[in-house]
Amino acid sequence: MVGRWFDSKGWRDIVISVPFLWLLVFFLVPFVIVVAMSFARRAELSPPIAFLDHWTYLQTGNFARLLDDSLYLRAFLTSLWNAGLATLFCLLIGYPMALGITRVTRSWRNLLLMLVILPFWTSFLLRVYAWMGLLGANSWFNKALTGLVNTILPADRAMSSIPMMNSNFAVVLVMVYSYLPFMILPLYANLEKLDQTLNEAATDLGSRPWQVFKDITLPLSIPGIIAGGLLVFIPASGELVIPSLVGNASDPMIGRVISDEFSSARDWPMASAVAVALLLALVLPIMAYTHFEKRAQERVEGRA
Amino acid sequence: MVAEGHKPFIRIEAVSKHFGGFTAVDGVSLDIMKGEMFALLGGSGCGKTTLLRMLAGFEDPSAGRIFIDGQDMAAIPPYERPVNMMFQSYALFPHMTVEANVGYGLKYESMSKPERMRLVREMLELVQLQDFGARKPHQLSGGQRQRVALARALARQPKLLLLDEPLAALDKKLREHTQFEIMNIQQRTGITFVVVTHDQEEAMTLADRIAVMDKGVIRQVGPPGDIYERPNSRFVAGFIGSINMFDADAVKDGQGVALSVPALGCVIRAADIAASAGDRLSLAVRPEKITISRERPANAVNCVSGAVKDMAYFGKDSLFRVELPSGALVSVSSVNHARGHGTQMPDWGERVWLSFEPSTAIVLKV
Ligand SMILES: Nc1ncnc2c1ncn2[C@@H]1O[C@H](COP(=O)(O)OP(=O)(O)OP(=O)(O)O)[C@@H](O)[C@H]1O
Ligand SMILES: [Mg+2]
Repeated sequence: MVGRWFDSKGWRDIVISVPFLWLLVFFLVPFVIVVAMSFARRAELSPPIAFLDHWTYLQTGNFARLLDDSLYLRAFLTSLWNAGLATLFCLLIGYPMALGITRVTRSWRNLLLMLVILPFWTSFLLRVYAWMGLLGANSWFNKALTGLVNTILPADRAMSSIPMMNSNFAVVLVMVYSYLPFMILPLYANLEKLDQTLNEAATDLGSRPWQVFKDITLPLSIPGIIAGGLLVFIPASGELVIPSLVGNASDPMIGRVISDEFSSARDWPMASAVAVALLLALVLPIMAYTHFEKRAQERVEGRA
Repeated sequence: MVAEGHKPFIRIEAVSKHFGGFTAVDGVSLDIMKGEMFALLGGSGCGKTTLLRMLAGFEDPSAGRIFIDGQDMAAIPPYERPVNMMFQSYALFPHMTVEANVGYGLKYESMSKPERMRLVREMLELVQLQDFGARKPHQLSGGQRQRVALARALARQPKLLLLDEPLAALDKKLREHTQFEIMNIQQRTGITFVVVTHDQEEAMTLADRIAVMDKGVIRQVGPPGDIYERPNSRFVAGFIGSINMFDADAVKDGQGVALSVPALGCVIRAADIAASAGDRLSLAVRPEKITISRERPANAVNCVSGAVKDMAYFGKDSLFRVELPSGALVSVSSVNHARGHGTQMPDWGERVWLSFEPSTAIVLKV
C-alpha cells in the first residue's frame, strides 16, 4: 500500500515541487526584491531606499551611473579577468588531476578524491589567512622565493622581497587554490564515465596516445569542462573575501564594490544595480550558449 | 581458401596470459594463413577476447610470442600494428558522424582529403550505408552501428581484421544476412579475418578453420567439417552440435576390436578404433546419423531397439528421444521427407529400431 502511494503521481509532484518551492522562496523572491531595489534611489530612511511615486517612471539613474562612472566598468573587467584566469588555471591544473584519478585503481581513486575535498574540512577563511601568511613580505615562503629569484637576477637588481601580497596575482592564486576542487569533481565525474574501449578503438585505428586524447577524451569531456568552468568562474567573478584579504584595494573586484556600496556608502539601490548587472553579464552569455548549442544539435538531428 | 604450404601469416607461439594468479590463456599455439577466415570458438570466459586483445596489442602476453607477417609483435604498440579490430561493443565515437567514424583511421595517414573522402564513401557503400554518413551513432539501429564498426575497421585496409563477437547483438535474420556480407567482403578484399564467437553455427557458417577453446586452452583446430565429424575429445564433441555419448569398453572378438557399450546393451562396430582390448573409451553418435525405423532393418551392423519417449517437430526435421531397455536415452533426428506427419513416422511409445553405420560412430578416449 505504502509502495503504491510512493509511486502515485501526487507524490511525484510533491517531490518535484520541493526544489521549485525552495528556489522560489530563497532565490526568485529575493532576486525580484533586488531588481526592484535597483530601480529605487537612496534615502535617509530605514531601510535606506525610496521608490518613485509612479511605477511608470522607473528610475534608471543607477544603471546610468554604472556606465558613467568608470570605477564600475573597471571593477567588472578586473573581476572577469581574474575569474577568467582563475578558471583557466583551475582547468590546466585540474584536468590532468581528474584524468589521473580515473586511471588508478579503485582504492587509490577513493583516497585521491578524499584528498581533493580534504581542504574543505578547515575553514575557508583560515586557509585564506594562511595564504596571507605565506605571501607576505616577511614570511619564510616569500624569503625563500626571493632568495631563489635573486640567484638568477644580477646583483645590482636583487630584491629584498617579492611583492606578492595585495595584488591581482595573489587574488588569482588564492582563487585557484580555493576553487580547484570545484573544477576537479565535475571533470572527474565526466571523465570517469567515458568508455575506455573508445580510447582503445582510436589507438587501434592508428592514433598515438596524445592524438587519442585530442580526438576522443577531450571532446567527450567538454560537458565536464563547462560544468567545472561555470562552477569556478561564476563564484570567482563575484568573490568578495579573497580580494578583500589579499587583493589590491585600488583595483577592486565587483564583489568588493557591491559590498562597499551596501555597507560603507549605504547606497542599497546602487549595490542592487551592480548586482543585477553582474548577474546579467554572467547569465546572458550562458543562456545564449545553451540556446545556440541546442539549435546546432537540432540542426544535426534534423538533417539526418 | 587456405593457402597450403605457405608460411603462416600469423604465428602464435606458446602464448599465455595471466591476470594475477588466474590464467586466462594457457600456452596457445596457432598458425593462421593469409586470407583465411579463422574462428575462435568457445564458451563465455574461455579467453577468446584476451587472445584477440593480445593480437591487437592491448594486452602483453605473459609468455610466448606473436608474429604477424613474419614480424615479432612484442615491441610494436597497437597503433603501429597492421591490425584492426571490431570491438564486441562496437566502440563507435559518439561525438562523430558516421563519416568521421569511418574516416578516423585515415586521419593520420598521409593522403589528400578527396582521396580520404573517396575511401570513406567506398567503405560506406560496401556496408550499404552511403545515405547515413551525416548521422551520429545514436541515430542508428543496432545493425547499422555494427556495419559502421565493420566499415571503420576495414577503412585502413589492414592485413588482419579481428572481429570480437561481431554479430552477437543482432537478431537471427540480420545475423544470417550479415554473416554472408562478411564472407563476401572477406572474399573481395582478401583480408585475413579472425572472428571470435561463442555461437557454433556462426563459426561453422563463416570460417575456413575453427579453433575450439576451453579454459584458455585450444582443444582442437580444423575445418568445420573435421571439427563436427571428427572431434578429438569429449569436450569438442559435446560443444559442437548435439551428440549422444556413452561409456564404452574396447573388446576383441573374431573380427577385430569392437566396443562393448553397456548403455546400448550390445557390441558396437566402429571404423578405425585406435585402442586395444580393455581400454575405457567413449562412443559418440550424432542424432542425424542414426536411422529410425519400425521394422528391424536387414543387415544393419549396429542396431538397438527401444520405445519412443518423446518427439518434437521442427519443420524440416523431427527429433525423437528413444528410451532403451537400459534406461539410456538416445536422440535421433530424422528429416521430414513427406509433407505433414507422414504415416511412416513412429508414434509416441511405439517400439522402434535404431541403426547407424560403423563409419559414423565416433570413438573418443575418455
Ligand atoms: N583485465 C583482467 N583482469 C582479470 N581477469 C581478466 C581480465 N580480462 C579478462 N579476465 C578473465 O579472463 C578470462 C577470459 O576472459 P575473456 O574476456 O578473454 O573471455 P571471453 O572468452 O572473451 O568470454 P566472452 O565470450 O564472455 O566474451 C575471464 O575469466 C575473465 O574474467
Ligand atoms: Mg569476449
